[in-house]
Amino acid sequence: MTTVTPAGERGATASPWVVETVALQKHYHVAGGAWRARATVRALEDVSIAVAPARTLAVVGESGCGKSTLARQIAMLETPTAGRVVIAGIDATAADAATRRALRKDVQMVFQNPFASLNPRKKIGQALEEPLAINTDLSRAERAERGRAMLARVGLATEHYRRYPHMFSGGQRQRVAIARALMLEPRLVIADEPVSALDVSIQAQVLNLLMDLQESTGVAYVFISHNLAVVERIADEVVVMYLGRVMERAPKAALFAAPRHPYTRALLASTPRVDAARGEAALARAARSALAGELPSPLAPPSGCVFRTRCPYAIARCAEVVPPLEPAGAAHAAACIRQAEIG
Amino acid sequence: MSLLEVGRLTVEFPAGDGALVAVDDVSFSVAAGEVVGIVGESGSGKSVTALSLLGLVDEPGRVRADRLAFAGRDLQTMAERERRRLLGGEIGMIFQDPMTSLNPSFTVAFQLMEAIALHEGGSRRERRARALQLLKDVEIADAERRLDVFPHQLSGGMSQRVMVAMAIACNPRLLIADEPTTALDVTVQAQMLALLLRLQRERSMALVLITHDLGVVAEVAQRVLVMYAGQIVESAASAELFAAPRHPYTEALLASLPERNAGNRRLASLPGVVPGAYDRPRGCLLSPRCPYVRERCRASRPPLFDVGTSLARCYYPLGAEPRP
Amino acid sequence: MLGLVVLGLLVFCALFADVIAPYSPSEQFRDAALRPPSLAPVGGHVFILGTDPVGRDILSRLIHGTRLSLVIGIVAVGLSLTGGVVLGLVAGFWRGRVAEYVVMRLMDVMLALPSLLLAVAVVAVLGPGLANAMYAIAIVMLPHFVRLTRGAVLGELAKEYVQASRLAGAGTARLMFDTVLPNCAAPLIVQATLGFSSAILDAAALGFLGLGAQPPTPEWGSMLASALEFIQSAWWVVTLPGLAILVTVLAFNLTGDGLRDALDPRLKR
Repeated sequence: MTTVTPAGERGATASPWVVETVALQKHYHVAGGAWRARATVRALEDVSIAVAPARTLAVVGESGCGKSTLARQIAMLETPTAGRVVIAGIDATAADAATRRALRKDVQMVFQNPFASLNPRKKIGQALEEPLAINTDLSRAERAERGRAMLARVGLATEHYRRYPHMFSGGQRQRVAIARALMLEPRLVIADEPVSALDVSIQAQVLNLLMDLQESTGVAYVFISHNLAVVERIADEVVVMYLGRVMERAPKAALFAAPRHPYTRALLASTPRVDAARGEAALARAARSALAGELPSPLAPPSGCVFRTRCPYAIARCAEVVPPLEPAGAAHAAACIRQAEIG
Repeated sequence: MSLLEVGRLTVEFPAGDGALVAVDDVSFSVAAGEVVGIVGESGSGKSVTALSLLGLVDEPGRVRADRLAFAGRDLQTMAERERRRLLGGEIGMIFQDPMTSLNPSFTVAFQLMEAIALHEGGSRRERRARALQLLKDVEIADAERRLDVFPHQLSGGMSQRVMVAMAIACNPRLLIADEPTTALDVTVQAQMLALLLRLQRERSMALVLITHDLGVVAEVAQRVLVMYAGQIVESAASAELFAAPRHPYTEALLASLPERNAGNRRLASLPGVVPGAYDRPRGCLLSPRCPYVRERCRASRPPLFDVGTSLARCYYPLGAEPRP
Repeated sequence: MLGLVVLGLLVFCALFADVIAPYSPSEQFRDAALRPPSLAPVGGHVFILGTDPVGRDILSRLIHGTRLSLVIGIVAVGLSLTGGVVLGLVAGFWRGRVAEYVVMRLMDVMLALPSLLLAVAVVAVLGPGLANAMYAIAIVMLPHFVRLTRGAVLGELAKEYVQASRLAGAGTARLMFDTVLPNCAAPLIVQATLGFSSAILDAAALGFLGLGAQPPTPEWGSMLASALEFIQSAWWVVTLPGLAILVTVLAFNLTGDGLRDALDPRLKR
């Protein structure tokens, strides 16, 4: 057990990335029941992303796209079926238990549901001190001191230290969750829809907090969200996922200004905007986004491009070939064989 | 005459030694065929308002109103049986979470046909044909096959459509939708809203859309009511509300939207939280958090004032003269 | 509250039985056999609750019996709860693996047998006597605790705070006992208090069969069982021990609900 070295002071890593995944694949085997064969849920296929220090990578997609699964692989809560997760230059997938335990300090997570992510039987002070108690040999007094300091840093009064989670609102609990994630001074915090369950005005507060903390601690974020408006605020780079695959990745400005993949365009077109025209706009918007059909089941993803069953631009060849991520600009890539033509 | 009239509705829940006022003196009306949006965050009382209109607020909640009328008929003095006929018949309601709003033990066909049977009757074959037609009306692909599936076999978007089908089964004149898109993915949301609008237009239904999502309301509603801590704080035509809000809360709500903060690193946000049961201020409910607060605001609660063509519950409405 | 008061009274009786009981529980007054309850002295002694067929004072036997009943309850439930919780945690945490399969199938087998039969079988193996009866009862109650714990554990494992603790680096042991178990406490507490009650009743049944407490031990169940023939002629010999059992069981059940609420942080303001 060692004391925690702040992220900024830890030695330079072998890699320019805080976290990198290489061709990550995750399949789950599902019992089919007495009469059916076992099925495989292809939650992630060939996902390669990279997060730079002190930057925010947003992972965007709808339900079933695999973003939460991706979070779990990066956080080492599960082991991938294939591919690698590289944390601070070290291959976490191939590492032994001791190394993985040491890497835990570098990657932490904030969950979506503020009502389930704090142990109802522990006072929040205890919840904050738990990571320190497990990973460091600080004395009790020192742990409490750090806990209180972190609590103050996320904007909560230290008199709350000895209270139970149910006494706090959703927004406050989420702050506690953020404080807990930062206790070990990780290099990366994965935020899995951290503001989706909160009211609009509280969302703004929590997002501001996240941005402030990034500036002061240099932590990197993987920010998972389905809300493109929020992503446009907080992200530096964006990755768009659909049915377990990466459809597009780009710096934020490029993605929102000139999306190349049909799915990204559909997402952008579907997002309700306050400053759009009234009434007719909703109908027109649906027509523009024009995503026919339903999300295919991850048990049986379409051959070739997984998006082709709903894509307005699909051609025969889309069923034959899995489109690779082709460059579309500076640090901008999209997985569509027709991206140049669509324009 | 308005289709729905609500006069001074108040809903209280006893709590400890006092009462939690979930809905505080709310009055509004909905004309036939109109689309009204009710916007608010948690604790604003918007859902309780909807539930109380339909008599769905259970004990120990207490519902009081000066006037609660649908198509001229008084809902408060109505016989229980008649009220039940109204609900699902002339008034339809859609709830937020499609996964829990449909009975998981019965097929879609069964539930739809049950709704039709309760209000219209007809032979089994007739009802099934009607159910099939309804599924097609709500744009469910492969409707014939989908009639006989169970709710857990449907996706979120599909389940929501089935709920809409059940709600419109008997051609209601008023449809109340409580957070109909919140649990759905963005692309499905767009389709759901378009569907609701289309149905509203085709059947000349009035639509009351309750949500916390301002974007949804902006695109769909003609008139918007903003609720805060149980009160209506602003009521205005949609375009006006979004262009020039009169109440500081509405302004703050709009200002905290990410899309209105283009170019800023940080988002504008109101400090503090919505008052709960025990810390309601003596004066204006927003006074502890309002950036424009003055002495008068802390001393007494403002009523709804006329401000141009809108209503705002503020002594100092934005862009207008202070109220006496 | 009421449950706690009655329980307190019982504990008091158990602790100070030697002091407050008017007579020794095994002392036989041959000339005062089968006397009904009365305040009138009989041959120089007052038997407030009457005497049993061999002249022993029922009040004294009941008071001493308190000690036995509480011990039976505590030991049987204690053993069963401990074992059940550990097995339940194992089954919950190693879901889908051999460990869970073995544990749960074993519990299924135990549940398939009528509990009394199982207890009799265990006592038959171990030999009659109160101590062995307690072990038998503990074994019989085990599957209930295991299933309950496993169910609660599975429910809690799905929640994100468990993942959060894993991220903090918690190992399996810490996750089991420090993170998850406290949140499973509520149903376990209720089951444990119900277990007290059924332990006492099971001990009585075993005593009835001659497999539990042996005479002259003043255990309520055996007292009840050995005097059934007198139910018409000397009702007090049968009814009073039965009443004692009833009151104790009720007290445990009432206390259980209160205890569960007292330990729930969500109910603290």
